[in-house]
Amino acid sequence: MTAVTGESALQGPGLLGQPIDSREDPQLLRGEAVYVADVNLPGTAHMAILGSEVAHAKILGIDTKAAEQLPGVLKVATAADFPDLMPLPCIWIPGGVESHFPPHPYGLPGARPVLTGDAVRHVGDPIAVVVAETERQAVAALAAISVEYEALPVVTRADDALAEGAPQLHEAVPGNLNAYWTCGDKDRTDAAIAAAEVTVELDLVNQRTINSPIEPRGAVGDYNKATGEYTLYASTQGPHNHRFLLSALVLGIPFNKLRVIAPTVGGSFGTKGYLYPDMALVLVLAKALGRPVKWVDTRTGLMNSTVQGRDHRQHVTLAGTRDGRITAVRCTSYANLGAYPSTIGPGVATALMGRSITGMYAIDAAFCEVYAAFTNTVSLGAQRGSGRAEAAFLMERLVDRYAGEIGMDPAAVRRRNLVPAEKFPYDNGLGWTYDSGNYQENFERSLELSGYADMPARKAEARTRGKRLGVGLATYVAICGVGPSTRMSKEGMLGGTWESANIRVHPTGEVSVTVGSASTGQSHGTVFAQVAADEFGIDVNTVNVYEGDTLKAPYGQGTYGSRSYSMAAPAIALTARKIKSKLVRAGAVFLGIPEDRAVYANGKVFEEGNEENAKTFAELAMAMWYGWGLPPEIEPALDETTHFDPPDFNYPFGSHVAVVEVDELTGETEVVAYTAVDDAGNIGNPKVVLGQIEGSIVHGLGQALMEAAEYDDQGLLVSADLRDYALPRAADVPFFALDKTCTPSPHNPLGAKGAGEIATVPPAAAVVNAVVDALSDLGVRHIDMPLTPEKVWRRLRGEGAEQ
Amino acid sequence: MNGAEERFAAEPNELLVERLRDGLGLTGTKVGCDTGQCGSCVVRLDGKSVKSCLVITVAAAGSEVSTIEGVAGPGGELTGLQEALRQEHGTQCGFCTPGMVMALGELVDSTAGGAAPTEPEIREWLTGNLCRCTGYHSVVRGVQRACATSRQEG
Ligand code: FES
Ligand code: FES
Repeated sequence: MTAVTGESALQGPGLLGQPIDSREDPQLLRGEAVYVADVNLPGTAHMAILGSEVAHAKILGIDTKAAEQLPGVLKVATAADFPDLMPLPCIWIPGGVESHFPPHPYGLPGARPVLTGDAVRHVGDPIAVVVAETERQAVAALAAISVEYEALPVVTRADDALAEGAPQLHEAVPGNLNAYWTCGDKDRTDAAIAAAEVTVELDLVNQRTINSPIEPRGAVGDYNKATGEYTLYASTQGPHNHRFLLSALVLGIPFNKLRVIAPTVGGSFGTKGYLYPDMALVLVLAKALGRPVKWVDTRTGLMNSTVQGRDHRQHVTLAGTRDGRITAVRCTSYANLGAYPSTIGPGVATALMGRSITGMYAIDAAFCEVYAAFTNTVSLGAQRGSGRAEAAFLMERLVDRYAGEIGMDPAAVRRRNLVPAEKFPYDNGLGWTYDSGNYQENFERSLELSGYADMPARKAEARTRGKRLGVGLATYVAICGVGPSTRMSKEGMLGGTWESANIRVHPTGEVSVTVGSASTGQSHGTVFAQVAADEFGIDVNTVNVYEGDTLKAPYGQGTYGSRSYSMAAPAIALTARKIKSKLVRAGAVFLGIPEDRAVYANGKVFEEGNEENAKTFAELAMAMWYGWGLPPEIEPALDETTHFDPPDFNYPFGSHVAVVEVDELTGETEVVAYTAVDDAGNIGNPKVVLGQIEGSIVHGLGQALMEAAEYDDQGLLVSADLRDYALPRAADVPFFALDKTCTPSPHNPLGAKGAGEIATVPPAAAVVNAVVDALSDLGVRHIDMPLTPEKVWRRLRGEGAEQ
Repeated sequence: MNGAEERFAAEPNELLVERLRDGLGLTGTKVGCDTGQCGSCVVRLDGKSVKSCLVITVAAAGSEVSTIEGVAGPGGELTGLQEALRQEHGTQCGFCTPGMVMALGELVDSTAGGAAPTEPEIREWLTGNLCRCTGYHSVVRGVQRACATSRQEG
C-alpha cells in the first residue's frame, strides 16, 4: 500500500478510504508525545500503593507509624482515612435494566472499595497509600507498613468457587455467584441435541490473559483550592466516562468540579476504560496535601491490579447431521470475574461472549448459559476482542471437532453452514441481529488467498523436514458499534452509549473537530480529520481534531469495542452535514438565489447549473463569522454538535487461515503463514486499519501460543512480569497475507463497522485448529492453550488427556 | 548527552533511565517494565543500544549517551529511519517507539554500506523491543524501506 500524498488525495470527497499518512506519527517517532508519566506539574508529590501480599485474608490491623517517620513521607493513608469515598461502581449488570431511570449503582454487591479495610481478596488488592516527595521515597515507605492478616482459604477458578464449601469472597454474595445469565432457546437446543445424528462435545479452557499495553497505567491528581475544581490526568480510554463515574459516584462531588484529561495513551486494548482505585486516590490526596499527586504503575503492579481478560471454563456441545449441517450448539460457561466486579467486566463475560457463539453460521437452535463467579484473582475486564474471541474460539473448535467426527473437510462444513447473503438482516437467535454481510465471498477469498487447496502437498513436503504442517480455519462475527443506548440498557448497561462530535468552522476557513472519544493509538486525529474534510470537500490539512479533555470535548463515552469509527466518525459526518445545510441556506442569501437553487459540493455553495456563481467554504466561513445580511432565522457562526445513537450495532466479520509447523522433536509451533480476510464495512483510512489488523492478529496468536496469567494454589500471580508472561515478539510471527471484503453497515451514515480489534477474535481458534490438525493422526483432538512446546511435545509422545 | 556535556552527581544505585527522565527531563525515553524485557527505555551508549533501565548511571560516566531527543534534526526533521517508519505507519500508540527507533537506528547504521538486513535479521534484532499495537509488521517494513532508501541514496 503506498501513501497517497498528491493534492487531490488530500481533498474530499473521495478522501475517505485513502491511506494517508498518520499525522500523529512524527511526534511519536520523535519521542515528543506526553504520556501520563511525563506529566510533571510544579510541586508534584508521588504516590505509591501498598497491595496485598496474600490472596485472601481478614485484615486485623495496619500499622503505618514507622512509614510515617521515613524521610520525605508526607502522608500514609488507609481506608479509615477516607470514610466518604464510595466504592467503585460496576455499571454493566448482566440481565438488563427495564427502566428509564436506572437504579443508582452505589454499593452493588461486591463493588470494589477504593482501599480495602476489612479483608483482602486478591494479591495486589490496595490496602494503603504513601505520598512522599519522591517516587523512591514513597516506594521505600511501603515496606515499613505492617499489615496483620488472618489467612482465609483461597479459590482461583470459577467452577471451584461455585462448588459446595468453597471459600466465600463477599458476605453479600453467598455462593460467589455474581450472575447466572442465559441467552437462546434452551428447550429447543436440548431437543435438537437429543435428536441429532451426530453430537460432539469439548471441555475448553479459555485461559486468563493479560492485556499488557506497553505503557503501564498512571494518574496525576490536582486540586484548585480557589475554585474547588479537581483535575485528573490519566491513561484512560474514556475521559468523560471516568469523569461521570468518579465525580458523582465515587468522590461525591458535582460533575462540573472534575476535569479529566487523557494525555497521549500508550495502548489499552480494553483495560484503560476501567475505573481504578488510584484515580480516586490521587484526587483526594491532592486536595488533602494541597499539592499535585502523581502515581505511575510498574509492570508488576499492572499485572496485579489492571483488569485481566478471557478466563472461561466451558463445556460445549454441537449437534449436526452426518452430511455436515449444524443443527444446534450449546455452551455452559464458568466465567471468572475475579475478586470484584470491574466497571463492565460482568457484561463482557456474559452478553459479549454468549450472544456471539453461533458466529457466521445459520444454526436453528442455540443456547448459552454463563455462571459468573468471584474468585481470589484480579478483576476481569475487557481485552482486545473481548467476549467475541471467546465465542469464536468455542464455535470454531467445535466445527473442527465435528468435521473430524463426520470425516468432512472443515472448509466444506463451514461453507455449508454460513448464513446466506440474502438472509440479512439476520437474527442469530441469541439476541443479535446481524446487519449486513456476504460471508460466502469472504470465506472463499480466505481459502483462495491462503492456497487452501494446496495444503495436502505442503503437509507431505513438511514431513520430509521433520515438521508436521497443520492448517486451521476460523471465522467470526464481532459485535461492534456499542451502541444503541436503549438496547444496551436491555443488556444491563447503566449508562448511555452514544457518541458525539462538535465542529467549529473558524472565520478563516479552518475547522476544529472535537469528539468525546479518546485515542489510545488509533490515529483519531488523522482519520477524524479525513471524515470532516471529506464531507466538506476541503483540504484535510485545514482540519484539526481535539479529544481527551472533558473541558474541551463534547460528551462521549470513549474508545472501546472498536466503536470510534462507527460511532464518533458518524457523529462528525452528521455534524458536517448540519453545517452544510446551514451553508446552503446562508449561501443562497449571499448569492441572491432561492434556497432550492443552492447546492453544496466540492467545498463550495453554488447556483445549480451555474458553478461560477459560487462562494467557497472559506468565504462562507468568513461571511458567517461576520453574520452581515443574515435573515433572523439563520444564526451567525458555524458551530454545531451531534449526539449519535445508532439504531443498532454493527457486525464486522471475517475468515482467517493459520498454517503452522510443529517440530516433531521439540514440540515447537511456528506460525509459517497466516491469512486474514476481514470485513469492516467502509474503511476511513486503510493504512491505519491495516496496522490495527496486523497488531490484532499478533495479539490473538499470543493467546494461542504463549500468553497465560498463571495463579498458584495460594492465589499468587506467578506470571507477574514480562519474564514470566510471554508476549509475542517480532521473531514469533511471519508477514501475513491480508485482504478485505466490504459490506457497509446500514446503521450509520458512513457504512462503517468496527475494525480496531476485530482481527484478534479468530487467531486463537485458527492456530489451535491448525495444531490439532497437525497432530490429528496421533488421535489428538484438542489441546488447551497456550500451546507451549512442552505441552505439544507431550502430545507428540502420546501423553496427556484426550476427550 | 546528545552531543552536549552533562555534569551531575549520581547516587550509586541510580538507574540511567531515572537520570534521563527525572534528572534531565528527557522524558522521550519510556519505562514499560521492571525487568529489562520491553525495550521502551533503549538509548544508545557509545553507539550501542542498551536498555537504560538496566544501566547504573555511574557506569555510563564518560560515555556518549544518545536518546530519542537527539535523533531528529534541530527543526524536527525526521531521519531516514523515522521517515520510513512514518510512511509505513510503524507506530500506533507510540509508547514503544522511542526505544524502537534507538534500537533500530543501530541496526540501520551498522549495516549501512553492507548488505541490507534480511527480514529474519530485522525480526531477530527487534526481539528486545515489545510492541503491543502494531504486531511489528509495519516496523519491519519500515526498516526495509529505510535500508532500501539509504542504499539508493548512498
Ligand atoms: S523499561 Fe527498560 S526494558 Fe522495559
Ligand atoms: S505502538 Fe503501541 S506499543 Fe508499540
